[in-house]
Amino acid sequence: MIPAKFDYVRPTSVEEAVTALRDGGEDAKILAGGQSLLPVLRLRMAAPSVVIDLGGIPELRRIAEDGDRIAIGAMAAHHDVMRDDLVKQHVSLLGQATETVADPQVRHRGTLGGALAHADPAGDLGAAALALDAEFVILGADGTRVVPAAEFFTDYFTTAIGEAEILTQIRFPKYTGWKTHYEKFNRTAQAWSMVAIAVALKVDGGTISEARIGLTNMGSTPIRATGVEQALVGQAAGKDVAKAAAEHVTEGTHAPSDADAAADYREHLAKVLTGRAVLTAVG
Amino acid sequence: MTTTAEPTTTEIGKSRVRKEDARLIAGRSRYTDSITPPGTLHIAVVRTTLARATITSIDKSEAEKSPGVHGVYTAADLGAEAVGMPCAWPVTPDQKAPQRPVLGIGRVSFSGEGVAVVVARSMAEAKDAAELVEVDYDPQDAILDMEAASKDGADLVHPDLGTNVSATWQFDSKAMGTGDSVDDAIKEAESDPDSIVVRRRFRQQRLIPAFMEPRSCVVDPTGEQITIWSATQVPHILRTMTTVTLGIPESKLRVIAPDVGGGFGGKIGVLPEEMLCVLLAQKLGKPVKWTETRSESMLTAHHGRDQIQDLTITAKKDGTITGLDVHLLADMGSYLGLVGPGVPILGAFMFNAIYKIPALKFTCSNVFTNKTLTDAYRGAGRPEATFGIERMMDELAVELGRDPMELREQNWISHEEFPFTTVAGLTYDTGNYEQATARAMELFDYAGLRREQEERKRSGDPVQLGIGISTFTEMCGLAPSRVLGSLDYGAGGWEAASIRMLATGKVEVITGASAHGQGHETAFSQIVADQLGVPFEDVEILHGDTQVSPKGLDTYGSRSLVVGGIAIVNAAEKVVAKAKKIAAHLLEASEDDLEFANGTFTVKGTDKGKAIQEIAFATFMAHDYPEDMEPSLDSDAVFDPENFSYPHGTHLAAMEVDTDTGRVTLRNYVCVDDIGNVINPLIVEGQVHGGLAQGIAQALFEEANYDEQGTLVNATFVDYTIPSAADLPSFTTESMSTAATSNKLGVKGVGEAGTIASTPAIVNGVLDAIRHLGVTEIEMPTTSQRVWRALQVAKGGNPMETPSDTHSPGAGLGSIDPNNPKGEVL
Repeated sequence: MIPAKFDYVRPTSVEEAVTALRDGGEDAKILAGGQSLLPVLRLRMAAPSVVIDLGGIPELRRIAEDGDRIAIGAMAAHHDVMRDDLVKQHVSLLGQATETVADPQVRHRGTLGGALAHADPAGDLGAAALALDAEFVILGADGTRVVPAAEFFTDYFTTAIGEAEILTQIRFPKYTGWKTHYEKFNRTAQAWSMVAIAVALKVDGGTISEARIGLTNMGSTPIRATGVEQALVGQAAGKDVAKAAAEHVTEGTHAPSDADAAADYREHLAKVLTGRAVLTAVG
Repeated sequence: MTTTAEPTTTEIGKSRVRKEDARLIAGRSRYTDSITPPGTLHIAVVRTTLARATITSIDKSEAEKSPGVHGVYTAADLGAEAVGMPCAWPVTPDQKAPQRPVLGIGRVSFSGEGVAVVVARSMAEAKDAAELVEVDYDPQDAILDMEAASKDGADLVHPDLGTNVSATWQFDSKAMGTGDSVDDAIKEAESDPDSIVVRRRFRQQRLIPAFMEPRSCVVDPTGEQITIWSATQVPHILRTMTTVTLGIPESKLRVIAPDVGGGFGGKIGVLPEEMLCVLLAQKLGKPVKWTETRSESMLTAHHGRDQIQDLTITAKKDGTITGLDVHLLADMGSYLGLVGPGVPILGAFMFNAIYKIPALKFTCSNVFTNKTLTDAYRGAGRPEATFGIERMMDELAVELGRDPMELREQNWISHEEFPFTTVAGLTYDTGNYEQATARAMELFDYAGLRREQEERKRSGDPVQLGIGISTFTEMCGLAPSRVLGSLDYGAGGWEAASIRMLATGKVEVITGASAHGQGHETAFSQIVADQLGVPFEDVEILHGDTQVSPKGLDTYGSRSLVVGGIAIVNAAEKVVAKAKKIAAHLLEASEDDLEFANGTFTVKGTDKGKAIQEIAFATFMAHDYPEDMEPSLDSDAVFDPENFSYPHGTHLAAMEVDTDTGRVTLRNYVCVDDIGNVINPLIVEGQVHGGLAQGIAQALFEEANYDEQGTLVNATFVDYTIPSAADLPSFTTESMSTAATSNKLGVKGVGEAGTIASTPAIVNGVLDAIRHLGVTEIEMPTTSQRVWRALQVAKGGNPMETPSDTHSPGAGLGSIDPNNPKGEVL
């Protein structure tokens, strides 16, 4: 790999990192796991003046219980997220989505925060974070602010993270005992999602009492399928209910058209996959 | 197996782990890019992103000022305007062959073509400076559709040629005297109520060979010989062609192919970049290195396939085939590759496949477009032909309401009929299609799966099951030199070998074959160990360096074992014959009284004997040897085969199609291949598995996509989807053996078999699953979207898809542009 020339710094604290980012100006770029940045550098689609490597800040890799939330450091590798017992117990949907990301090598390098900050609409973790109402902890020169998932993703590859700000932590409410599933459709096992559906359901006595559904690659950002959620709540979890609810999945979406899937096919897939995801989640 | 010395076969047939692997897997390999002689300069090629344009100006000034830059050159700066890259296969006497320059001169003809080259102290400095070369173009509309391009009045890729059709090559069995007239067969079938005519059009999409090691070349001009290291399949051909192209005497060139990480035909070319390295090294008097990036490789290394096939098959209603008419359009890209024009022509001999077809006509037009050039890719012409005929057999079966396997059996050559001379004029030496098919059907549970298929149809299961068949044969072991001569190929097809018996009894074997992942070192060692009766570990295989192995025609077309391996056997026989003379002398016995087994010459009926290692030492000492010979056991051999080898096999695929999503899943794959005698079953299995993966990938995953501007839009592995192990099931592979009679080892080639056979099996299976729903054709790759859309059309739905926006982000790396994330056209 021969990227264009850049300066490289490896801070040992988040405060140092923020300073480096501020000093680096608008062409500074954060390096998390490098799974998106390095290919872009390799193709010389980006030419940052300085690359700030967050790999030297161990606290950013922590996954811990924080009261009624699970707090995951932005630099936690996908592999560590999906293997974590707290995640399995309380945020199983995130673990399931993470398992579908690329291949083992990528999952050992790539990070939760890096993927979310990159905000590729075909990336798998945004839909789960959105569905689960995650909170994004963002550090800047003026201190920390917390952005709810619903306000985090703003456009293609664009988030609420401002210039000279760093995503440090993603906090998830606990969804202990919820029925969850991430239904992904892609061309090859390691490819990006053509469409994917993230489903978390609270089922009480066979009836769905709460539903949270996020969509991958059905628009410029992850999208919450509120129409489907409303159609499911209060219903018995079964085939007909799932199928009827899935009809609402395209509401408010803007499915892209590309070589793998035109918009009409994506919309069709979203309906089929939503039905399947709901049924698989309830088991 | 027949050899004069009747060696013990303790090694042949053994599944030895490859000698090469420990080195390759542990990263102790030496690839071309690992080689950096002192003082090496690095080059980066400035490439156009336009498919067709006139160059109006090139401003090198900023690049020349860039740090570390030695110089920036165009073809004119190098005095290389008259240099044309070689094409060694003029398929017709009037073939139109445009001069392919080392760098575009005045114009560019495909996206990725080089226009200038930067030389710098480091690769990074060269790359940085390459971005500073300002080239102005006057762009024109790219010519991309080979069918439109082949028509009269079409816009021309090379105006001075007056046409986009490079050549039209025809084979007519009537004219050749090898069969009847196809025109008559079609006429008769059309007027005969008891006959049927089936016409179909198939598309062979464009593929990217996708070898693992990108291409690389290092040229050191500082010695008496210019040394060229290259990641090539063909070091010997590269040497000769460098002489032909640049006029440097062949004796002044040494070419080395060090460890080479895969080729699949993709490294059979002679490259502009190789010639640039030679020119620059000569000009600057310093070593020069070029190594491409992956995307550079995908854009500019030759592609494979890319044909439109119009096929007409005629048959009696009882199923007997009476004729096959083949019309091909083959996209050459913008120039002719080293053997590119001949690749589709190889298919002429394979369209009749294993069937007794009385009349065959094959017409192929090679067409220029503004795309990357095409040339050999695993199978080269034969996968395309096999796809065509195996798809047609299924189509004929459908039209006649017959079981597709039964229809094949009715028409194939039965095992009693070998040797069999086909309508294409080839003589198949051995084979047993019945045996391979019976075994494959048993392993597959053909009857059981047919029952399941019926059950799913009846119940309307959203997941339908299809059974795909391919009963293939191929011609490989390229090739008898006389046959190549008759096809106007610019070389012979022999292979050379030498064996050196060292003083201490160890053995060096020199082969002209040039391995790039095949496992030659292991398989050839096994052969020699048996021939000479020496331990496997005592045999060293030397190859890939013209100073060590001066004579050879390299590795392609499944030729290394069936041609190169036989040359080695012949050389070994000469060693044994010489050793026998010396043994007889030392044992004071008549040669007739000696027998050779397990590496020892013994006097019949006595316990007197000498091991071949002792003979080697005695020969080295040369104190006592017969007067009528030289004191040497070393021997050379050149083997020119009299015939191709004809592996065959029956491949069966169980395909599941999810009719709700269009998703195609390969559930189970069984193949039984007859590749003659097997030297190393483990290597064979590896070849078959890899070959299957590549052939299946054509059916399901891969396609080089160009947009309307002629830009390759999937030039990364994110967007060009090659499958991984996770996308494929565990294959059931078996081999059976009817020994080839055309060579001493009874072997047949195996390197391309899996690729050739598997593609039609997959597509036949996909169609078999959903044909009852009204789907009659799906282009490759049979992606979920294509399958779903075909199902919608069959239901009377709208065939029009939402227009695809290639700038749509989120579909992979190729679309990510952080500076322009929304893909606005700037």
